[in-house]
Amino acid sequence: MEAASTGTKFQLRARIRGLIDSGATILAVLSTLLVILPLVAIFIYLLLKGASSLNLDFFIRTPKPVGEAGGGMANAIVGSATLLAVASILGVPMGIFGGVYLAEFGRGTKLANAIRFTADVLNGVPSIVMGIAAYSLIVLPQGHFSAFAGGVALGIMMIPTICRTTEEMLLMVPHVVREAALGLGVPNWRSVLSITVKTASPGIITGCMLAFARVAGETAPLLFTALGNNFWSTTLNEPIAALPLQIYVYAISPYDDWHRLAWAGALVLIVLIVLAVSLVRYVTSRGVLKGAS
Amino acid sequence: MPEIHIAHPQFQPEPSVTAEQRQAASAAQEPSEVRRFLLSRGNSALADRSFQILMTLCALSIFGIVALIAIELIGNSRLAWHSFGLQFFFKAYIDPYTGLPTYWDPVNGHFSALPFVYGTLLSSLMALMLAVPLALGVAVFLTEMCPNFLRGPLAFLTELLAAIPSIIYGLWAIFVLVPLLREHVNPWLIKIFGWSGLFSDDNPTGLGFVSASVILAIMILPIISSLTREVMIAVPHSQREAVLALGATRWEMIRMGVLRNARIGIVGAIILGLGRALGETMAVTMVIGNSPEIHRSLLANGSSMAAVIANEFAEATNDLHRSALIEIGLALFIVTIIVNALARLLVWAVTRGAPARVN
Repeated sequence: MEAASTGTKFQLRARIRGLIDSGATILAVLSTLLVILPLVAIFIYLLLKGASSLNLDFFIRTPKPVGEAGGGMANAIVGSATLLAVASILGVPMGIFGGVYLAEFGRGTKLANAIRFTADVLNGVPSIVMGIAAYSLIVLPQGHFSAFAGGVALGIMMIPTICRTTEEMLLMVPHVVREAALGLGVPNWRSVLSITVKTASPGIITGCMLAFARVAGETAPLLFTALGNNFWSTTLNEPIAALPLQIYVYAISPYDDWHRLAWAGALVLIVLIVLAVSLVRYVTSRGVLKGAS
Repeated sequence: MPEIHIAHPQFQPEPSVTAEQRQAASAAQEPSEVRRFLLSRGNSALADRSFQILMTLCALSIFGIVALIAIELIGNSRLAWHSFGLQFFFKAYIDPYTGLPTYWDPVNGHFSALPFVYGTLLSSLMALMLAVPLALGVAVFLTEMCPNFLRGPLAFLTELLAAIPSIIYGLWAIFVLVPLLREHVNPWLIKIFGWSGLFSDDNPTGLGFVSASVILAIMILPIISSLTREVMIAVPHSQREAVLALGATRWEMIRMGVLRNARIGIVGAIILGLGRALGETMAVTMVIGNSPEIHRSLLANGSSMAAVIANEFAEATNDLHRSALIEIGLALFIVTIIVNALARLLVWAVTRGAPARVN
């Protein structure tokens, strides 16, 4: 009698445990679905609203005043490209060289650990703070907003990201490769640049593209550095338009025409970014360094 | 002639390696004797030396950037600091005629960051409350339950969520999320929780803290879930196997074997998400309503530290105004540095034994 009741108790507990287990599974599946939902919704809206207002004018015309139909964001696209070029010229070499130091020279030292840690922390500093820094560094002394200041703000943001991905990629290059180069009498600097960095270059390039994609959509640091511009701007010394800035201005405006342009701009921006990220994903999933290791 | 040993670091670690074993494996990856010999022998010492110095300088530039930001922010916020001191973050100016507090009045020169600090904290904490359970669910599903063929695509989708720029989240929130909340969710919140005063029916726009925290939650989800996934993967298989061998169900295995072992790292991931939420600018600016007031209702308009900077900086009316905004930026900088450092330390404490992983 006693044994039977223990048995049923045990069975009951086992059943409850089983129920809790399936409950947890269902919750996990539900939360995953719930997370995918906004992503799908965002893409559907971008495609629906963006594609319908995307036309050739968008790419070849500058903005028109309120009330006039048409107009595009040609100057903003060119402006974004200019800003990103300035940012890359500043951020890419600094980031890659910093990563080379972390992986090749500073491995295991306290200094390298401190730099790695600082880079990670710097990565989490809000972009608007970078904007203020670039503002007080360049805009205040110069006395006017400029494309150059915007580029510098974006470039500073690229450095820690590129530095860390470069380091991770270089760490995957086996020592045998370096030793082979050194054994042939190649000086160390040459071996680092033309053997190690070259072996890891697909990974490093994808890291750069990832950083590039991240700053391409940044708006906050440009608000008071590049400022935005409704006309063509040709020099780095003037305010310049940028795609995310233009989207912001149009999105918070009360005009339907401008809302449509904002959706179209957002679609163009997201297509560029998704292309970059997918490329990164494709290259890394294929095993960047398969040939080397 | 020195004897040369060629070391082949051909370690084949078991699927369940402990942190110590991993460290031993990485120690075997250290430069071998051959390499040290070859490096000491070269006749290009000068070129090598200068190359190394150049690389070191580039790496040190990261310290330089942090120092530069700090110096610029401190230098340019001095005016506000001298005018208001620490009271800037706590005290409001009380209008002598109406007796109502005025927090932010650039025209008359009254500045207090209180409503922005309140807005930032409130929206970030609400976002965390929404995002953390979901992020944990996603991480648990992706690491422990998901069939293999779905894992890659789903992980990619959640990472894609992290790659969408904040401006696009803002755009989507203004035109899709806010109307949705306004028409369908807010009336329901008011009906059920209206008695608490937290959801009062006096803001017809739909903008406000609830909208801001929902969009923030969507934005910080990927970072929390991907880091949680990382620390969960770092939990050795032997832990899972041991719990399963005792007859545990899968959920009990996850709870006892995985979540308990990874909890420090998970806390780190959550704090990192908090850091992201504190500094998030554009999407919040677009949906929070931007009024420097403190209301009890969560449906009311508010503002946040990053939002007020984004809104007013380019059109700051005078030096004091600009300086006050820079001081808010400085506070944001210091807080995010502390939060991120703490989070990194926690995550690092869990994953440090794991090999370098490419995202």
